[in-house]
Amino acid sequence: MSKFKKKAEVKQEIPTSSMPDVVFMLLFFFMVTTEMRKSSIEVKQQIPKAAQLRKLERKTLVANLYIGQPTKIEFGTEEKIQANDAFINTTDIIRWVNEEKSKLAEAEREQLTISIKGDKDAKRGIIADVETELRKGNARKVLYTASDNSNQRKN
Amino acid sequence: MARATPEIPNASMADIAFLLLTFFLVTTTINNDKGLSIGLPPPPDPNKKDEIKMQEKNIFKIQVNSSDALLIEGEPMEDVSGLKEMIIKFIKNNGVDPASSESPEKAIVSFKTDRGTSHKRFVEILDIVQGAYYDIYAEEAGVSNKVWREAAAKLSDPQSKAIYERGKKDYPMNISIAEPTKVGN
Repeated sequence: MSKFKKKAEVKQEIPTSSMPDVVFMLLFFFMVTTEMRKSSIEVKQQIPKAAQLRKLERKTLVANLYIGQPTKIEFGTEEKIQANDAFINTTDIIRWVNEEKSKLAEAEREQLTISIKGDKDAKRGIIADVETELRKGNARKVLYTASDNSNQRKN
Repeated sequence: MARATPEIPNASMADIAFLLLTFFLVTTTINNDKGLSIGLPPPPDPNKKDEIKMQEKNIFKIQVNSSDALLIEGEPMEDVSGLKEMIIKFIKNNGVDPASSESPEKAIVSFKTDRGTSHKRFVEILDIVQGAYYDIYAEEAGVSNKVWREAAAKLSDPQSKAIYERGKKDYPMNISIAEPTKVGN
């Protein structure tokens, strides 16, 4: 019996001296991975769901277009296109594509992918207009951003 | 005189670090850059009339109207669960059924929407059509659908590229997304 008694006297404490180190490690991880958004998104963004998603090979070659109803009522209820931090018209898209292309190295310009982040309630009309302009602007790789639902529904 | 050694109190270090950590945890947005990838056709050439005649049987028609109702080959369809099988059957017909496609190269899936169709519905249907092709590719390459799609995302790796090309070899992805009609807007 005395054998067991001894064991109970052992101090049971988790060493906490390394806690700051652990926390700092986590902190650095998040500091490095975090990406501050340059602009706030001013259009509704409820991304549609899909199963057959493809990942992009290189994230630097992506330019985002946000399409949906403005979140603020003063901008009206008509769907708008947001690029970077401003609303743009469909007629400005070619110029915008060229701007985005000029940010990339010469050899990579043709690989620019336009990620269309369309709200699920956005109408096909405006997105088709955007596509037409993208064809004219020679940015023909398009990704319709969607979130994964393959776990919920069998495909 | 005994001088106290200057020391920074470090008992609160963990608290400070936690505070910073919480801040970054909250502000972090992990970008999701996943989605349905398509290639748009080149801009229409005004000098050329693009009236290429296709045989009716080589086209699988999908139409969606402004109230998101679906028409498959002229027949209304409520439940989309069987659509993928229909498309796969159409693509791989190879002239067996005289009313369906002649070969995978000639088979075209035509997807026509209206200006009033919601983006949600558009993505849903495009997902099914692409899913049909990816299923075929995966079967050709002898891997699962997911593995094939992952391989397609890293073509710099020769092994992935081999899987990608093995799948795609005989089946070009002929999805034609037509200019939307203008009923509802």
